Amino acid sequence: MTFIGNKSDLKVVGTRPVRPDGVEKVTGRAAFGADMAMPGMLVGKIKRSPHAHARILSIDTDKALALPGVKAVVTATDFPDIASEEAFVGEGPMNFRDLSRNCMARDKALYEGHAVAAVAATSSAIADAALDLIEVHYEVLPHVIDVEAAMAPGAPLLHDDLFTQNTEPAPAKPSNIAKRVHFRLGDIAAGFREAEVVVDGRFTTQPVHQAYIEPHACIASVGADGQSQLWGSSQGQFMVRAYCAKLLGMEISNLRVIPAEIGGGFGGKTVVYLEPLALALSRKSGRPVKMVMTREEVFRASGPTSGGVVEVKIGARKDGTITAAQAVLKFQAGAFPGSPVQPACMCAFATYDLKNVDVTGYDVVSNRPKVAAYRAPGAPIAAFAVESAMDDLARKLGMDPIALREKNAAKAGTKTAYGPVFPEIGYQQTLAAARNHPHYKAPLGPNQGRGVATGFWFNIGGESSAAVYVNEDGSVNVVSGSPDIGGSRASMAMMAAEVLGIPVEHVRPIVADTASVGFTHMTGGSRVTYATGMATVQAAEKVVEQLKQRAAMIWDIPPDAVEWKDGEAVPAGANAGGFDPLPLAAIALKAGKTGGPIGAEVSLNAQGAGPGFGAHICDVEVDRETGYVKILRYTAVQDVGRAIHPGYVEGQIQGGATQGIGWALNEEYVYDAKGRMDNAGFLDYRVPVASDLPMIDAVLVEVPNTRHPFGVRGVGEVPIVPPTAAVGNAIRDALGIRMHHLPMSPPKVRAAVDTGSG
Amino acid sequence: MSKHHVTTTVNGEPAEFLCEPHHSLLDALRDELKLTGSKEGCGSGDCGACSVIVDGRLVCSCLMLAVEADGHAIETIEGLAQGEVLHPLQRKFLEHAALQCGFCTPGLLVAAKALLDRNPDPTETEARYWLAGNLCRCTGYDKVIRAVLDAAAEMRGE
Amino acid sequence: MPKMSYAAPATIPEAIGLLANAAGLAKVMSGGTDLLVQFRSGRTRPELIVDTKKLPGITGIRVTDDGFVIGAATSGAEIGECAALVQAWPGVVEAANLIGSTQVQGRASLAGNLCNASPAADSVPAMIAARATCVVVGSKGRREVPVEDIVIGPGRTSLARDEFIIAFHLPRRPAHAADAYLRFIPRTEMDIAVVGAGVSVTLDAAGVCTDARVALGAVAPTAVLVPDAAAALIGHTLDEAALAKLDAAARAACKPIDDKRGTIAFRTKVAGVLARRAAAIAFERAGAR
Repeated sequence: MTFIGNKSDLKVVGTRPVRPDGVEKVTGRAAFGADMAMPGMLVGKIKRSPHAHARILSIDTDKALALPGVKAVVTATDFPDIASEEAFVGEGPMNFRDLSRNCMARDKALYEGHAVAAVAATSSAIADAALDLIEVHYEVLPHVIDVEAAMAPGAPLLHDDLFTQNTEPAPAKPSNIAKRVHFRLGDIAAGFREAEVVVDGRFTTQPVHQAYIEPHACIASVGADGQSQLWGSSQGQFMVRAYCAKLLGMEISNLRVIPAEIGGGFGGKTVVYLEPLALALSRKSGRPVKMVMTREEVFRASGPTSGGVVEVKIGARKDGTITAAQAVLKFQAGAFPGSPVQPACMCAFATYDLKNVDVTGYDVVSNRPKVAAYRAPGAPIAAFAVESAMDDLARKLGMDPIALREKNAAKAGTKTAYGPVFPEIGYQQTLAAARNHPHYKAPLGPNQGRGVATGFWFNIGGESSAAVYVNEDGSVNVVSGSPDIGGSRASMAMMAAEVLGIPVEHVRPIVADTASVGFTHMTGGSRVTYATGMATVQAAEKVVEQLKQRAAMIWDIPPDAVEWKDGEAVPAGANAGGFDPLPLAAIALKAGKTGGPIGAEVSLNAQGAGPGFGAHICDVEVDRETGYVKILRYTAVQDVGRAIHPGYVEGQIQGGATQGIGWALNEEYVYDAKGRMDNAGFLDYRVPVASDLPMIDAVLVEVPNTRHPFGVRGVGEVPIVPPTAAVGNAIRDALGIRMHHLPMSPPKVRAAVDTGSG
Repeated sequence: MSKHHVTTTVNGEPAEFLCEPHHSLLDALRDELKLTGSKEGCGSGDCGACSVIVDGRLVCSCLMLAVEADGHAIETIEGLAQGEVLHPLQRKFLEHAALQCGFCTPGLLVAAKALLDRNPDPTETEARYWLAGNLCRCTGYDKVIRAVLDAAAEMRGE
Repeated sequence: MPKMSYAAPATIPEAIGLLANAAGLAKVMSGGTDLLVQFRSGRTRPELIVDTKKLPGITGIRVTDDGFVIGAATSGAEIGECAALVQAWPGVVEAANLIGSTQVQGRASLAGNLCNASPAADSVPAMIAARATCVVVGSKGRREVPVEDIVIGPGRTSLARDEFIIAFHLPRRPAHAADAYLRFIPRTEMDIAVVGAGVSVTLDAAGVCTDARVALGAVAPTAVLVPDAAAALIGHTLDEAALAKLDAAARAACKPIDDKRGTIAFRTKVAGVLARRAAAIAFERAGAR
């Protein structure tokens, strides 16, 4: 199908129907990860390290196993010790060896909360008692939490076989620096020589958790013949299958993963924690095993994204033309390599059309939980620094901050520092919409300030499968392999309905298990509406071809004499014959007599995902005496390609912006001197609550991505990129002080007021 | 340690269950009565996903012992719709796209119902503060608040 | 999960007997919004929970000749709905209504907030400023104790193991008297106070303060009454000099800690700020009656 350029040709796309899975979600019937039960089910629980860094000398499980009701105990010895092997899935590289050791510590516990053993028992109380009876002897080792401390010579080493990749010469000694990445464009030194104005700064951010409200949960059932089922919530049932099969040494066909409804993920459910343990416990006990994390476990042992240090320096001519842009990024990866420092480096200056760029990044391990993807992984950390510096540059130049960005804006043909040349993108249109928004001109009161910041995310395509089946009555089922994390079933149904020319209410979408649909990459990278949508559209098109053939058969005319229009087969012209239109339902009714069931399956690897850009405007009021920052008004403008369901596109933008506001103001991990997390709960890990916020005005700019039939760009990740700097720039405007450290919490803001620097 | 026999009313219907003394009302609703619409997001009263109404008062069912429910009337998300007829709040949540993942939605709906039972014409600020104990990580609350205010207006006959 | 039993006695002697005879740790529960969180996290492992909510008179608010009697287990929501109490003691009510979310308000009580013995309890500074007392019962009989004498340290109270609070008493208000409570939290809701300040004042007809009580929360191991802060107000109208003295006295009374919720420097500064702001509200309310 070719790109439909004219929006008025679309009947379903761009409308706001009730989502097909809506009623079950507002009535409490939707089954999430923890909502399922199986006969004979055991409760699985995890024994976790109380130490940030410790050698495991011994684990004695005898007493636990002797407790009546305990059916199985597993430790690292129950899993194959697999070799280092990189697997590229979803939003970042994953090493199977590290994944295995993250799910269950082997030899060493590398962070407080690291799993060291797991039990399955007949009740939750017995499982808890069993955990207390497992005796683990540790040799406590020195630990390191901070990223720069971890990089310093003499820092406690997490892995004695970790040698920094991509450095010349190759290091002779191991360190906590897993990798160095470097992107370069032009001649940075020449660029700075050309500069008439230079700004620089050192910015730090704290790790933040995805903080989905649904804790991780699953049920595993391993049969005596090895055939296994795993039911649970994740961002990808095929991801869970691949990881678990590898970690347990299972044949993939023996593991069927059935996706539950997922209560939020934001990248944090693109990896496994409980699932391999539940399978191992089920295999050992011969019974189904259910595991559900507590909120405390979610904080101590899953996610978050990196905290980091970013040093940035930007040079420009007096007319605002940027001549050089340089940054060094140091990211905490947690206990195993794999921070999003590489995408952060790539995104850092991607919004700008620059000649001279130099970005270096370091992926650094420390005694924290291994980071997981979080919405535009890495990009918000880079953007906090770069967009704060851009604000400083605008002030130094005496330029309007949007005008400065417009002057340097990336556009079609811009060569990025990381290689590719941008296709048609909507950054300039996004900036113009922000500049023209009434918010940008609204007056401000005392102690109030306004900040602007922008952001970029690649968006991805990738492997997806979808099937479209026509039922006997002309209704349609759409089957896909993408977990619906925020309304994607609605967009699949709408795209299929658009192609088929039928009302969306006649299309019922489902998310299928791993044995019922072709391989589909996980829900992440803002890829589902694009890639799985493309598979759905292509499958629907194949169905239309079949429908035309069936009509041709019924009419006894050649297939190319039939056209498909508004859900009906019609003769292509006067020469084709004078037949009454055949609606889809009429063709469906005769399917048995015209060749059998009508349906089509498509598996593809979608290319050409369109990059996304956003520009946010934030007004704050600062209480100088308490350091409290109130968000007064917030506008988020974004190029969304084309919104399939505008309500859910706005929702992505509003939700992403809000997460960014939380990141800006209050969210952080607090560690004590022993490397233990001190705020592992929603009481002191402070995500935004309803009363913290105004309405978030989401403004959709539509510059269609012509590689997708309906012009789709991913929309979910861009909106978390600008907020930290937008808030920081607003505080700068209100107080005259640049805040360099996240979160910009009241104690920090009050201290900045007192000292005059942030 | 013996189990307690609890007799209660859930969504207008008599209900009985056995519970251990340490079980929360949420445990009893989910595990004994199989009403899994109330969710556990934190177990510490900080997220509101387990919100239910007990004798007309909004509470976190994770912060109440199951045994305390004896003799009291409980309303859960499963009782919000009247048969196939959705409550106006449920309809407005759907119309406004006020849910994404849907996990916090039952708790938000129960809390919003408790608000409108008490205050049929809340301001935006009142709605935001009333619902501050219901964390939603997906929506940024914008559409949730709009849906609640719109449902209130409809229920007032505006 | 420890073995635990639950009892909901119908009489006070029965409740006292259960507490006195418990073999292990026994915990008194009213709303349970703190206790159940601690129990679930393993921070407390009681052998017995004694639920007070079926005791006669433990919930509800009575207006008496000398003020108000508030049942110890009365929920924050009920307290906020008592118009006479809101009129007489707006600061105590706003403090009680700041405890937790709407959901928590449906359960949380003054007795629980006090006996949990957190230095950051919202209702406690307001009650201390209000000269609230509590009625304590136990095997040795009944006694009336000022609120400030209950908590002796974080998590510790002066109550004997078989004692518990059955009611609070708030005095009648003279003319031109009012109170106010403010707390500082990083968000707008759902946080524990980083600093709390309760101020109660009585003015004369000219607006000069004749009596004052100032109490601070979350700046010391227990909520503290700050006589110097009160002295800064007595004999003055709400002028800049008095407020500056109040601010300084409040800061001087702080012995806070650095923790995940705030630094020593921040807590100390904000204690002065909130004392000033709460005093301004209390003066305005008092002057308006």
